[in-house]
Amino acid sequence: MDENIENQNIEITLLLEAIYLKYGYDFRDYAKSSIKRRVMRFMSLSRTNTISEIQHKLIYDKDFFKRFLLDFSIHVTEMFRDPSFYKIIKEKVIPLLRPLPFIKIWHAGCSTGEEVYSMAILLKEENLYEKTRIYATDFNESVINKAKEGIYPLDKMKDYSYNYQKAGGTSDFELYYTSSYEFVLMKKFLKENIVFADHNLATDSIFGEMNMIICRNVLIYFNKNLQNKVIKLFRDSLCEGGFLCLGTKESLIFSKYVNEFEEFASKEKIYLYKGSHYR
Amino acid sequence: MKYEAIVIGVSAGGLNALKTILPTLPHDFKIPVIIVQHEHASSDDFLAHYLNDRCMLTVIQADEKIKISSGNVYLAPPNYHLLVEDDKTFSLSIDEHVNYARPSIDVLFETASEAYGNKLIGIILTGANSDGSIGLKEIKKRGGLTIVQEPSKAEVATMPSAAISATQVDYILPLEEIGPFLCKLEENL
Repeated sequence: MDENIENQNIEITLLLEAIYLKYGYDFRDYAKSSIKRRVMRFMSLSRTNTISEIQHKLIYDKDFFKRFLLDFSIHVTEMFRDPSFYKIIKEKVIPLLRPLPFIKIWHAGCSTGEEVYSMAILLKEENLYEKTRIYATDFNESVINKAKEGIYPLDKMKDYSYNYQKAGGTSDFELYYTSSYEFVLMKKFLKENIVFADHNLATDSIFGEMNMIICRNVLIYFNKNLQNKVIKLFRDSLCEGGFLCLGTKESLIFSKYVNEFEEFASKEKIYLYKGSHYR
Repeated sequence: MKYEAIVIGVSAGGLNALKTILPTLPHDFKIPVIIVQHEHASSDDFLAHYLNDRCMLTVIQADEKIKISSGNVYLAPPNYHLLVEDDKTFSLSIDEHVNYARPSIDVLFETASEAYGNKLIGIILTGANSDGSIGLKEIKKRGGLTIVQEPSKAEVATMPSAAISATQVDYILPLEEIGPFLCKLEENL
């Protein structure tokens, strides 16, 4: 291997170790290639010259670390991303949730919240929102605050509205937000049953007994080791017959726990947890 | 073996370009091919199926964590960046667009170049933007082989022209000659 790359890889390993030791955030089991791209991008944004310089600054300057963390944890998302996913939820999952007295949903790694509001809208239109609680979590406090605010750029709404229609939305998408200038604010009634909280999949533990866990396009950032750890956490947090929803390009195939789940919607990557007796 | 992977970046006009090149590669072609074709975010896996029906190699959408292996042509899934890890497996990301694109050619080329070094062949084909120029430059810098479709005959010349002005590329070839050229390279490995 190119010596320069080898040196950079050493610097990145040390950087991630330093972050873990100093702040407790564990990126050590993340997929290396995208970590590296993010670090390089942050290097040019923060006008630092080497990865080691970032490391030094991070250790001694908390605000610098906050900036770094923010850049690390925003993964671009959209409302009703992959409309067919929401359509299947509506058509196949909802009928199975409907008889439950109370529905608990955990949206893990919700980033800035676009998909959380999408689910709230769907549940509202199915008249299930009143008996649902959505726990929306991410490891970064400032990202969670953004999700809580529910403020999004107006120019995205056209695409989101199109997704909403394709997802089988039955109402008028504009009813769910108020717009002012270039931004929209999601309506308050959508937030009523959402609990936004700080939770780190890499280091925190079980979250509660859930009927559905949504974690889309988060596992792709993890290596196999961390993927297995997180899937175990999900399995331990699901009740029997609960649903695990992953991103379109994610699957349980390589996971140790694949036999405890049943493919419920293969293209949309929705799995049904069969229960602890399948262990 | 000198070359261990081929990366191809293509945008507008890509369907025609890919269906010209890929069917010329024989079923025992030893070098895996990895492609970023710019597509609309909501595209499905039509392109993979379409090309698979016309090729002797297996054309599939790339999945994360799979080992890159010969006999396959991998396509970046629409709306995801495709990255190569040092252990020659794929990663995917939904990070921000690069050069207005996701998947971005630069993202694939740069990460593949780090993983494969001088054992990589990079090819830029027809397209209407300049994605891939930086990545191709990286490939060249690390001693890989760089090929660009001859712009004057490309469906859209912008992307190959941009690549040529960014890098002293090794070969500028008309579309029809790229497939046979790769076969000849592979035979001499």
